[in-house]
Amino acid sequence: MSQFLDRLTFFNKVKEPFSNGHGITTDEDRGWEDGYRLRWQHDKIVRSTHGANCTGSCSWKIYVKGGIVTWETQQTDYPRTRPDLPNHEPRGCSRGASYSWYLYSGNRVKYPLIRSRLLRHWRAARKTLAPVAAWKSIVEDPKKRQDYISVRGHGGFVRAKWDEVTEIIGAANAYTAKTYGPDRVIGFSPIPAMSMVSYAAGSRYLSLLGGVCMSFYDWYCDLPPASPQTWGEQTDVPESADWYNAGFIILWGSNVPQTRTPDAHFYTEARYRGTKSAVICPDYSEASKFGDIWLSVKQGTDAALAMAMGHVILKEYHVDRQAKYFRDYVRQYTDMPLLVKLVRQDGRLVPDRFLRASDFAQSLGEANNPEWKTVGFDEISGKVVVPNGSIGFRWGETGKWNIEEKEAGGRATTLRLSLADIKDEFADVAFPYFGNIENEHFTHSDHASVLNRRVPVKKLALAEGETLVTTVHDLFIANYGVDRGFGGENVAKSYDEDTPYTPAWAERITGVSRDKIIQVAREFATNAEKTNGRSMVIIGAAMNHWYHADMNYRGVINMLAMCGCIGQSGGGWSHYVGQEKLRPQAGWAPLAFALDWARPPRQQNSTSFFYAHTDQWRYETMHTSDILSPTAPPGPWDGAIIDYNIRAARMGWLPAYPTLTQNSLGIAKQAADVALEPKDYVARALKSGELSFAWSDPDSPQNFPRNMFVWRSNLLGSSGKGHEYFLKHLLGTSHGVLGKDLGEEGRERPKEVRWHDEAPRGKLDLLVTLDFRMSTTCVYSDIVLPTATWYEKNDLNTSDMHPFIHPLTGAVDPAWEAKSDWEIYKAIAKAFSKVAPEVLGVEKDVVLAPIMHDSPGEIAQAFEPKDWKKGECALIPGKTMPMVTVVERDYPNLYKRFTALGPLMEKVGNGIKGIAWQTGHEVEHLKHLNGVVTEEGPTKGMARIDSDIDAAEVLLMLAPETNGEVAVKSWEALSKTTGRKHAHLALPKEDEKIRFRDVVAQPRKIISAPTWSGLESEKVCYNAGYTNVHELIPWRTLTGRQQLYQDHLWMRAFGEGFCVYRPPIDLRAVKPVQGMKPNGEKEVVLNFITPHQKWGIHSTYTDNLLMLTLSRGGPIVWLSEVDARKAGIVDNDWVEAYNANGALVARAVVSQRMKEGTLFMYHAQEKIVNVPGSEMTGQRGGIHNSVTRTVLKPTHMIGGYVQLAYGFNYYGTIGTNRDEFVVVRKLRNVDWLERPLQGATPAVEAAE
Amino acid sequence: MRDTIFHILFVWYPYFCLTTFLVGSLIRFDREPYSWRAGSSQMLRKRQLFWGSNLFHFGILFLFFGHAVGLLTPTSVYTLVMSVEQKQLLAVTAGGIAGVICFIGLTLLLHRRLFDARIRQTSTVMDLAVLVILWVQLTLGLLTLPFSLGHRDGSAMLILSHWAQGIVTLQPVDARTLQDLEWPFRAHLVLGMTIFLVFPFSRLVHIWSAPVWYLGRRGYQVVRTRRPLVSGGARRPVEPAE
Repeated sequence: MSQFLDRLTFFNKVKEPFSNGHGITTDEDRGWEDGYRLRWQHDKIVRSTHGANCTGSCSWKIYVKGGIVTWETQQTDYPRTRPDLPNHEPRGCSRGASYSWYLYSGNRVKYPLIRSRLLRHWRAARKTLAPVAAWKSIVEDPKKRQDYISVRGHGGFVRAKWDEVTEIIGAANAYTAKTYGPDRVIGFSPIPAMSMVSYAAGSRYLSLLGGVCMSFYDWYCDLPPASPQTWGEQTDVPESADWYNAGFIILWGSNVPQTRTPDAHFYTEARYRGTKSAVICPDYSEASKFGDIWLSVKQGTDAALAMAMGHVILKEYHVDRQAKYFRDYVRQYTDMPLLVKLVRQDGRLVPDRFLRASDFAQSLGEANNPEWKTVGFDEISGKVVVPNGSIGFRWGETGKWNIEEKEAGGRATTLRLSLADIKDEFADVAFPYFGNIENEHFTHSDHASVLNRRVPVKKLALAEGETLVTTVHDLFIANYGVDRGFGGENVAKSYDEDTPYTPAWAERITGVSRDKIIQVAREFATNAEKTNGRSMVIIGAAMNHWYHADMNYRGVINMLAMCGCIGQSGGGWSHYVGQEKLRPQAGWAPLAFALDWARPPRQQNSTSFFYAHTDQWRYETMHTSDILSPTAPPGPWDGAIIDYNIRAARMGWLPAYPTLTQNSLGIAKQAADVALEPKDYVARALKSGELSFAWSDPDSPQNFPRNMFVWRSNLLGSSGKGHEYFLKHLLGTSHGVLGKDLGEEGRERPKEVRWHDEAPRGKLDLLVTLDFRMSTTCVYSDIVLPTATWYEKNDLNTSDMHPFIHPLTGAVDPAWEAKSDWEIYKAIAKAFSKVAPEVLGVEKDVVLAPIMHDSPGEIAQAFEPKDWKKGECALIPGKTMPMVTVVERDYPNLYKRFTALGPLMEKVGNGIKGIAWQTGHEVEHLKHLNGVVTEEGPTKGMARIDSDIDAAEVLLMLAPETNGEVAVKSWEALSKTTGRKHAHLALPKEDEKIRFRDVVAQPRKIISAPTWSGLESEKVCYNAGYTNVHELIPWRTLTGRQQLYQDHLWMRAFGEGFCVYRPPIDLRAVKPVQGMKPNGEKEVVLNFITPHQKWGIHSTYTDNLLMLTLSRGGPIVWLSEVDARKAGIVDNDWVEAYNANGALVARAVVSQRMKEGTLFMYHAQEKIVNVPGSEMTGQRGGIHNSVTRTVLKPTHMIGGYVQLAYGFNYYGTIGTNRDEFVVVRKLRNVDWLERPLQGATPAVEAAE
Repeated sequence: MRDTIFHILFVWYPYFCLTTFLVGSLIRFDREPYSWRAGSSQMLRKRQLFWGSNLFHFGILFLFFGHAVGLLTPTSVYTLVMSVEQKQLLAVTAGGIAGVICFIGLTLLLHRRLFDARIRQTSTVMDLAVLVILWVQLTLGLLTLPFSLGHRDGSAMLILSHWAQGIVTLQPVDARTLQDLEWPFRAHLVLGMTIFLVFPFSRLVHIWSAPVWYLGRRGYQVVRTRRPLVSGGARRPVEPAE
């Protein structure tokens, strides 16, 4: 009753002794214990996860007590693995465990926020005007527009009502679509796999509007273009459990314990099992201690190391002795036996394109697509044959698109790898060499730019006359400089010769001793030979973020291919960068891109987009000649990088939105006026100049992107390479750009782009960000919408690291005025539909889209590409220029379309990666499951998609990975093309249909589907390429095989037909700022490296108090003791790093684990916590991307050529950033800028 | 007027303070048992704590019991063994030594709490107030020493002990008798009562829980059971059905 009274028992206290009085038993009150008991009591546990882009995809228990989320712990109920395999659980890390802090923190966005200056103009205008007219009156008045855009990032938010902000957004979107075209409304959101319904909410709205969804995988530089180049696959990797099956693991530029924390236990367990491991990274990373051997490679020279290892493997396992497993593997699964033309050029013989059936008289009997069928010599018949599986067999015929060892006629073949035994002669073939490029920060060698090496060749009589040919195999070995006894120059008899690419040569370039190179190469290959390919390379961002990442990757892929590791359990290429595996992708895509209503959607590769629209191209320092091959075929290889992008876009290779200077809503009518089909009209008008490409003049106000949505992303605080250019040109606010543009410097300007002397400042009319925390992007936005956290909404999550699908579930309702992304976009759609009729009705939208990979159109441009603009060919939509499609937009009914499953799923069906099936049955199921729309209108009778759970059910029902019936259908559809039976892979699970509530109960293993190249079965772990090797399904490349030779004209022109070592490029960003503004401190120049961090997942958690407490509570950079001494920096000093792109400030961590010459800034530390001003720019700090700038690579722009054809997040330019150097010096004055903003506009009221 | 103020301060105020002290402690013990603690800052910083805390606690405990015995023992009892003058000399000497020891300890503690950034940041207003009040009170106490030595006859001591005994026996003496005392005595009294007033709202409550029973306990291992026990150590029979 009372703590006090209950204790007044002094005289009747009972004590019972035991153990001879050493102990006593008492009956005193134990009520106090309940306090501790209550501490851990809770009302319920809800399953959710964290939608951070970490690939972890860990299922968590969220504890709720009194309506408040209190804490979280790891779930341990993953479905079991096989008896000999360790469990997946527990999965999770310190970062995830700190997430609940965000829900009730000061950083939470609690209400819709809007820039007060904008709201004031809006309210004034709305007194007299309708919504769209009100928006028009603001943005068409330069003074009013400038008034609010110029203070972006400087505070000034006020609370607003949901109804009001959604009306503003709807009016802005309607005005933009009407005035400029719907492709001026863009949206950026990454990694659908993190929370696929939330992604789909925004992309569905944008797609119904005709807006543009922006890519992320390439922009983040997580996309390794070497993967699509080699395999025709975006990225496909083994699950982490498969590490356990490996016999030898190389960890190359990947820091598993730090950045793949929940998976690291498999690495430890593999080591217990006896797996040997080599770790390759410049610094002594957390991962290094896992290695039996650590190779500290000079940063950026990994390709040299890989080439040297390849040299050893080729010499010892393919030349001096032929390992049978390796030989059989490369013959069947790679392009090595296929024939390549050799042509004479400048007095030299250079490798040209693959020989095709069409090169022969009567096309070797092939009538269908002979120009897309590659050929080889058959050892059995001694003749040139057309082996099955090349891309020509995929389209226009059935049954022969497989990689059985057969030729098209059906006879068994054994393709000849080398022509050495049947050669007509030896010939010296020229290979480009780039390792001699001088760079003050990297070692170069003095070898010639062109290296001749001898290969056996055969003379073939082709339709066009006699031609020299050889195999990829012969060229491949010659390229590595391995001596085969053919004589000639530039081959090495011994590893100690300094000839590219021997271990001795690599020792100079990489700093790794030749003994270690030879040892690792031998152990890697020996293990693979003994285990049939169980050697694995875990590879990461450190390799992929370089301009010449393709060479790093292809060097490694070559090693794996020559050792037969791809497609074998326990082996292969494990690129874990970005949570790319959206397992139920085929079911998700219709929901996300509104394919149930209209096709195609507008999808843009972001790297090119931001390069063009943040005007980073105006500051380009790299010349095409810097990267052109000395063996480039003749051609006009002049022009700036953006010129190549514009050529690529007009040839139908890459998307380019906004597409046309003219409004896409008006084109159908113009076509009708002249009685032409819209596609014919567009072709004619482009030729005549009546229509023009917007990207040819990105600085004209007509062509600006006008409205932008950012959700599930921190574009400006994390991934925005060239941050300061974003601020200067896209947003038009204060910025820290220190360099000058081409005009100011008087340098050569691009040819295909109209130059404006005055670059625009502030292209966006409206930036809307949805977030649960006040991120850097929010700070720069005009409207910030409070979204539900990961514990407050229903959604789905998958990863490449494990085979499960599991949910995010609302543990509590969204706090304050937050709503889920699904509900927010529904509200915007509703508001838009209400205001749209003011200016828009049912409209015809002419959509230009690039030639797509995995579509029949992918075989558009055989042989040399032709540019219609230069009069080299006619304009044929979908063939020599983008596809043209007319799409109906019903703007007043956009909301109704948003919330119902449209008619195309029944009419056209569904599909993915070139495999199509009917899906009417699933639509019927959904009508019963979700109910049908009962309201009158165009959607009456269709399946409802009202709630986030409805949306989840749609994607689960339509996806083969979560619906066994669909899986069987999709395998059967693929069987028609391959002529092989595949349905057995899914038949045992045909009756399984995973629903949302199933995954809430427990994570579920996905069902094997042809979307992916691995299997989920009781026999193997998920491993990429497994179905290619074991089901003989071709890789989706020109040759149908793993393509180690890239024969496209642009590939050859830029020297990447074969893998070569290319040193980092010189971005020339340091010289202009050295000594620019001295502060009396010493300056050092260091390579700026931005690895993934320990205390955050990108920018998430970096503002979380719990995580900040574990490090130094603000931005930090790491440098070596040697460099610190040179610059007079001691640990914890404030330092500044800067170059022409901008500046950043951080505290210095001086550590002996760092390699001299590098500066690490673990990426995406926000500039919202503990960041002072920069002495160079006078602006607050800057972020890691303040010193970077995007640089594009022409080979990433190639399209219309099978695997080198566009796909959203599949192919395209990548946002590399590691070739950048910065000046580092101590900060003299630490200025916190705690004063009112000066001078942005007259009468600035910074924090209104 | 002066009489009224004295009456309020030395007749009413003691009862107000004592009531608050007792009732407040009781309520806090019952309602907020998890706030019942000493609030040690040893985990944050050990510096100055060893000497500060030990000197302070030794001194304050000595002073506390000295005051209790000195003020509340009836004159008729102690005069059996010593004279009033001897008692005063004993009180001034022993109290003076303990007071100096306590003063050193307390000054160390106060300095540490004020000037150690970590301790300062984690201190509540009451944590600081208690230390300041104690320090002032101790200083006042030490200031009375020369005055006491001015009354060799122990007259001041007698006035104080009569007053104290009057309070605890619910027979308060006339407050006017205190008017003859020098100001440090009176200030020391008022502040002393104030300590009782703030007691339940501060960390001082840990005094109630001084672990005195620990000294005489039996057994090294204590098992708190929910099983009913009977006196004398014999077990009650347990029903088999349980």
